[in-house]
Amino acid sequence: MGVAVRVSGISKRFGNFSANSNISLSIEEGTIHALVGENGAGKSTLTKIIYGMVQPSAGEVFIKGKPVHFTSPRNAINAGIGMVHQHFMLVPNLSVAENVMLGNEQARLFQRLPRKSIKARIQKHAQDFGLTLDPDAIVENLSVGEEQRVEILKLLFRNADIMIFDEPTAVLTPSEIEQLFATLRSLRDKGKTIILITHKLDEVLTVADTISVMRKGEIIGTLPALSITKPELAKMMVGRSVLLRVTNPMATPGNTLLNINNLGFRSSKGEEKLHKLSFNIKAGEIYGIAGVEGNGQSELLQALYGLTQSGSVISGEATLKGDSLIGKNPDEITHMGVSLTPEDRLRHAVIVDYTVSENLIFGRHRERSFHRGIGFDNQILNRYAEAMISEYDIKCSAPASQLLSSLSGGNQQKIVLARELNRPNISLLILAQPTRGVDIGAIETIHNKIIEARMKGIAILLISSELEEIIALSTRIGCLYKGSLRHEFSQEEVDLKRNSEYEFKKEIGLYIT
Amino acid sequence: MTRKTSQIFIPILSILTALFVSSLIIIIVGRDPVMIFQKMFHATIGSAYGTGQVIFRMTTLILVGLAVALPFQVKLFNIGAEGQLQMGTFAAALTGAVLPASLPAIPAITLCILSAMGAGACWGLLAGILKVRFGVNEVIATIMLNFIAQGITGYLLTYHFAMPSTVHTQPIINAATIPAISSITGLFAKSPANLSALFSPCVALLFWVILFKSRFGYEMRATGLQPDAAKYGGINTGLHTLAAMSIGGAAAGFGAANIMLGYKHYYEAGMTGGIGFTGIAVALLAGAHPLWILLSAFFFGILEYGGLTVNAYIPKDIFMVIEAITILLVIAFSALGKRL
Repeated sequence: MGVAVRVSGISKRFGNFSANSNISLSIEEGTIHALVGENGAGKSTLTKIIYGMVQPSAGEVFIKGKPVHFTSPRNAINAGIGMVHQHFMLVPNLSVAENVMLGNEQARLFQRLPRKSIKARIQKHAQDFGLTLDPDAIVENLSVGEEQRVEILKLLFRNADIMIFDEPTAVLTPSEIEQLFATLRSLRDKGKTIILITHKLDEVLTVADTISVMRKGEIIGTLPALSITKPELAKMMVGRSVLLRVTNPMATPGNTLLNINNLGFRSSKGEEKLHKLSFNIKAGEIYGIAGVEGNGQSELLQALYGLTQSGSVISGEATLKGDSLIGKNPDEITHMGVSLTPEDRLRHAVIVDYTVSENLIFGRHRERSFHRGIGFDNQILNRYAEAMISEYDIKCSAPASQLLSSLSGGNQQKIVLARELNRPNISLLILAQPTRGVDIGAIETIHNKIIEARMKGIAILLISSELEEIIALSTRIGCLYKGSLRHEFSQEEVDLKRNSEYEFKKEIGLYIT
Repeated sequence: MTRKTSQIFIPILSILTALFVSSLIIIIVGRDPVMIFQKMFHATIGSAYGTGQVIFRMTTLILVGLAVALPFQVKLFNIGAEGQLQMGTFAAALTGAVLPASLPAIPAITLCILSAMGAGACWGLLAGILKVRFGVNEVIATIMLNFIAQGITGYLLTYHFAMPSTVHTQPIINAATIPAISSITGLFAKSPANLSALFSPCVALLFWVILFKSRFGYEMRATGLQPDAAKYGGINTGLHTLAAMSIGGAAAGFGAANIMLGYKHYYEAGMTGGIGFTGIAVALLAGAHPLWILLSAFFFGILEYGGLTVNAYIPKDIFMVIEAITILLVIAFSALGKRL
């Protein structure tokens, strides 16, 4: 087999920042080649250079041995390169077939569209690569996994031989991930070259043939996937040894603090999102909710934090130390000692155009200790910000003037956690996706802080779509499926099964799908 | 280019480009742009009377500019400064006319201004309520409320409050009038500039403190920047929408102090003359920042009055073209700046 893509001496600078420096890499034809690295390591920039979206400051790109100078993705597409972006580029109210032929209609302006032949091709590809899809389905009715299959079909229609996937599993359910991997393998077996960008180590080790690790704009190493273990890979990515699993000392839960009894939630559209949901959380324990997204997690959060939209109906009860949480607004709920990190950080937890300091008090700005006159006490604010920055290892030099948007996702999340974990008098901490989009180095810090909070006797509700995270942190685990708990693992079971993670994951997986 | 420098650079570039384009138009009309701008300069800030006229216009422009700018910080586009000013002026004129003539100046002026602010605030609040309670887009609501304000004031004036055979209300009591600067200091020769010119920069300063130095402003800007997050932060976003619209309306109503208490001393049909709409331009050029509005209002004050002074040579409509081009350029350059 030949070399599909070769880059040599590629550098790309944005202002003073070097996104790629002197990168040389060969990607073999007919392999799945993964590019791994933390956020900002330069993986995206490198693939954008290959795809013609970004022009390198220096260096050369060769496709199948020929030097190329792409000035736009159009050139790359003509050279047989395709890319599936993290955010799909589909027209929601057109059908699958129409989306697939869009921009490649194979008909003149006023000619009839060759719908039949296109449908036939879709069906053939579907058989060859496991891309089951109804060509007449309207895209807006498809699941995320199906939308991704449409994107892959688009590449096949354009006869792409080299396919770039940018974080393809971020939005998929576990079973969809399995299916995607099967598709990737069959594409490879038909001679296609797959470039996979990801930061999930398990997936890389499962599906990739070759792995290139990037850090700070450089390639640290390229090796066959079979020759490396997960801890070694993590170490290469971060540049130091990382604890992939936080030490979770035995929990000694106290009194029951949160009591949820027969909680129901009917959305404004009349869908039943939660149904007879019951569980409780004791002081000093972490209750993990495992589940595929969309099984009622968001609604549970909304119900517990007073953020229901008008028209939705909540039934049943949720009490904290005997006081009901239902029907109160977020301000009243925080006063009862509840703290929350929302699932969607950028939409709900922070104001990106505010400074780091301003974000560190966001939602806590009514606390009197920060006040001075009609505004805030800048001295106290600065001291508090400095303390949080050092305690949570936040990369930020000037909290009072630096905007939050200038920080990486991991550092933004640490700010949210620092703020919420340090609220005075919390008795219930709700953590939704606490490490989403966060680098593995930062995950370690965040997990340690969560365990620390548990040791202080706080009741913690952990909602995460990462089973590893649920297993690593939880004292008890509830498996959420279609709005109610299908199974609960007791503390003894969790402690016992934590040591055989792979089997435990599989077992949980049975209860949530 | 950093955010700070582009904030200053973009308006200046827009003004210069607009002046260049208008020079071309003047040349096409067959006049010498240098001569026109020179004449304009002499007739405005080049003379005592002209300076007074510019200050007079600037005073109202600052207030209507603020009326647009504050809601803008909450991502609300208040097109209704004109209607809010109209209602405020009418309310102040009625109040000023019915007050007992023996009332001393300070309470008389205060009462008139409060009624103006109150009427303006109500008019803004109405748009806010329509938005929060019924989801009516505030642009549509404020435009409609402008028509309604015009209709109501027109009807009340013609059928109930106009003095016989005139188109204006009874003059306000003497104590409620705000003295002209020229009558006290002799500055600005007989121009309509009056002491309320001192108030409006104070209002701008107050708005700046509220927006950027107070907890209220912290919540208000958060509501504008990220409403979903604001709700998570326990902020009552509906309340801030109502507050922004009514405080903005109050600022527009305050304009009555300048054009009515300080100048006309009664309400007459058409006395606001669309200055509320120029407020939109003032706010946009200033990037909705309360302090930059002072400069922006000064620029528009010169154009508004300067246009009149050179009307003998070129139609004053050209200056409306300059105003409009400036605003379009500010918006276009800002969009371009974000992409770079």
